[in-house]
Amino acid sequence: MADDIVFELLHSEIINYALHDPKGSKDGTVQEADLSIVEYIGFAAGYKIMERLTREWPRFKDELDTMKFICTDFWTCIYRKQIDNLRTNHQGVYVLHDNAFRFLTNFSNGQQYLEYAPRFVAYTCGLIRGGLANLCISSIVTAEVQSMPSCKFHIQVQRT
Amino acid sequence: MSRQTSRLDAKKVNSELLTLTYGALVSQMLKDNENPEDVNKQLERIGYNMGVRLIEDFLARTGSNRCLEMRETADKIQQAFRLYLNMQPSVSNWSNAGDEFSLVWEQCSLSEWVEMPNNGLKYCALIPGAIRGALQMVQLDVQCWFVQDQLKGDPVTELRVKYIKRLEDAVPAGED
Repeated sequence: MADDIVFELLHSEIINYALHDPKGSKDGTVQEADLSIVEYIGFAAGYKIMERLTREWPRFKDELDTMKFICTDFWTCIYRKQIDNLRTNHQGVYVLHDNAFRFLTNFSNGQQYLEYAPRFVAYTCGLIRGGLANLCISSIVTAEVQSMPSCKFHIQVQRT
Repeated sequence: MSRQTSRLDAKKVNSELLTLTYGALVSQMLKDNENPEDVNKQLERIGYNMGVRLIEDFLARTGSNRCLEMRETADKIQQAFRLYLNMQPSVSNWSNAGDEFSLVWEQCSLSEWVEMPNNGLKYCALIPGAIRGALQMVQLDVQCWFVQDQLKGDPVTELRVKYIKRLEDAVPAGED
């Protein structure tokens, strides 16, 4: 689909924007990229999109049901495929394993450019976190890339 | 996995996500910069960067030939709007010399669900940037600006495109 590329370009420009944040580079030094902006943009978008996606949806039975929704329907819409593997310890930790993550497939097939991988998963971490936040699940989402283009998302649900 | 995956319309979700992501980006920029003028400039630059890359996709996808005059170019831009933003702006208000025209639209997916305070922000500044970037890659230097904007209370959004000059292939540095 043609509008996919627009989204992909916007995604990479968001990362670009965060890297050249005028606030961060005032002293002229090259510093560690501030990905919290990217993550936050993902969060805001995820929060709002979830509201629209689940509008005509039956209520989720439990947390696992919600995660399944993320792995199947949500993921298919945005990343064109389902999550390949979902694991949980039934105590609030979920690991979503994607073997060919959309934003990484164009980069490399192995170890090359691995140091840049965090930039391209930050948005998605925020997206998941925002989506869950709107479903009243507060969480911490981190990503782990060992070998492109596969990627693991760790979701840690915060219980109070 | 047990659920059927066809219950959501992927195309719609994707365009909504694009809209919301863009909105989040703009609001983040407004937080980072006090002056909306700066945000306009940055949005325009982001659009430019996207346009520079988008033109390759457009040429590959449509197999377009080189445009010999602005009317053809206008057609192509219209086609690109349909392709990438799923909208159909009309081309109108040609200048007598044929070097200036307007793109007019009533609905833009980027500015859906947007309400704006009147502070000089050009919410859709991405679009003129993208047009400029894309045309520069086919050696056309143009100027793009908004004449009317629905978000500012006008009945339609009107984007004016003006031909400046044809960019010539320059001799690479050090080879003259």
